[in-house]
Amino acid sequence: MSLWNDFSKGFWNDIPPFRLVLGLCPTLAVTTEAVGGLAMGLATTFVLTCSNTLISSLRKIIPRKVRLASYIVVIASFVVVVELLMQAYFYRLFLFLGIFINLIVVNCIILGRAEAFASKRPILNSMADGLGIGLGFTISLTVLGTIREILGAGTLSLGFAKISVFGPDFIPFSFMVRPPGAFVCLGLLLGLMNIISRGRI
Amino acid sequence: MNEVWTFSDYMQMVIAAILVNNILLARFLGNCPFLGVSRKMETATGMAMSVIFVMTLAGIFTWMVYHYLLVPFNLAYLRTIFFILVIAALVQLVEMFLQKSFPALYQALGIYLPLITTNCAVLGVAVINVDNEYNFLQMVVFSFASAAGFGLALILFTGIREQIEASSIPDFMKGTAIGLLTAGLISLAFFGFAGIVE
Repeated sequence: MSLWNDFSKGFWNDIPPFRLVLGLCPTLAVTTEAVGGLAMGLATTFVLTCSNTLISSLRKIIPRKVRLASYIVVIASFVVVVELLMQAYFYRLFLFLGIFINLIVVNCIILGRAEAFASKRPILNSMADGLGIGLGFTISLTVLGTIREILGAGTLSLGFAKISVFGPDFIPFSFMVRPPGAFVCLGLLLGLMNIISRGRI
Repeated sequence: MNEVWTFSDYMQMVIAAILVNNILLARFLGNCPFLGVSRKMETATGMAMSVIFVMTLAGIFTWMVYHYLLVPFNLAYLRTIFFILVIAALVQLVEMFLQKSFPALYQALGIYLPLITTNCAVLGVAVINVDNEYNFLQMVVFSFASAAGFGLALILFTGIREQIEASSIPDFMKGTAIGLLTAGLISLAFFGFAGIVE
């Protein structure tokens, strides 16, 4: 049961980047397209789950004084794995995400979960925590990317096909795919989440 | 990128890095400290100074590691690991050096220095430096200007945020939500600079 709790808290109670206000840079930068958000989320999920698992299994070996440096090396190694895999098999996404694949290393969600969770809990729980938080992050990014892409470009990209949502006469609200729109959209979504979870304005 | 640059080229680079492609508001690097330490002006200026200091140094060191160590040994694909280790070690060194030699400065910057290791703007600028194949001088100018742009945006944002604390806003928008909207408006204002540099 507690395994399920560790997994499912990532979907609402601790959903990043809304409840855990961490990992904002990739959230804002790659969500101009829905598929970008999805890819970034999945890449982060992979790194988070693997690093949580490995760090949890090494938690009794790593000395406390050098723990942060050790965590960073573990995380950076998995990021290199993701970077090389994406370059080989998903080259278009690799170009689209660009520098932000490297920057998964300094995504504070991953280091935060390593320090707050994986360094103290058993392997299975840490794996569940990483998977849950990672998938929550994926959902947030995909939702944000979908809203921004539909409003800002009038399209929705599903994998390799792009469909037009409002037909050819739609004049895109291009503010939404520009940098300012990212901040405004995320702020409003956070406000909406606050309303839903309180049940009042 | 390898032709000789004149002074005006460098000026253009500085203006582009500070205003047009501001690292916080247009490139989206370093947003966690941007929202995290922007509640009080003192902490914001401390963070801004530390970032300017560390980002310039980190740019220099990662550039040298990349060009004199990783490229000759064909290890460029491991740059992410090397860069983050260089940055983490550098932050530690800077911290110890300041503590011994400039205690007053250390007092002022103290708690912000460790946070910089996970500031993605520092690693981001290091990666941009080698991706764009800047030479040494271009790299130094770009790192410094990016950091200055970070400081400018952070301090402007903090000024506005201090005022917001005193005004009445709907409960559900308090805290991070209104902070993000404010950041959006500042970003929109910076967007007006887009035509300055081609």
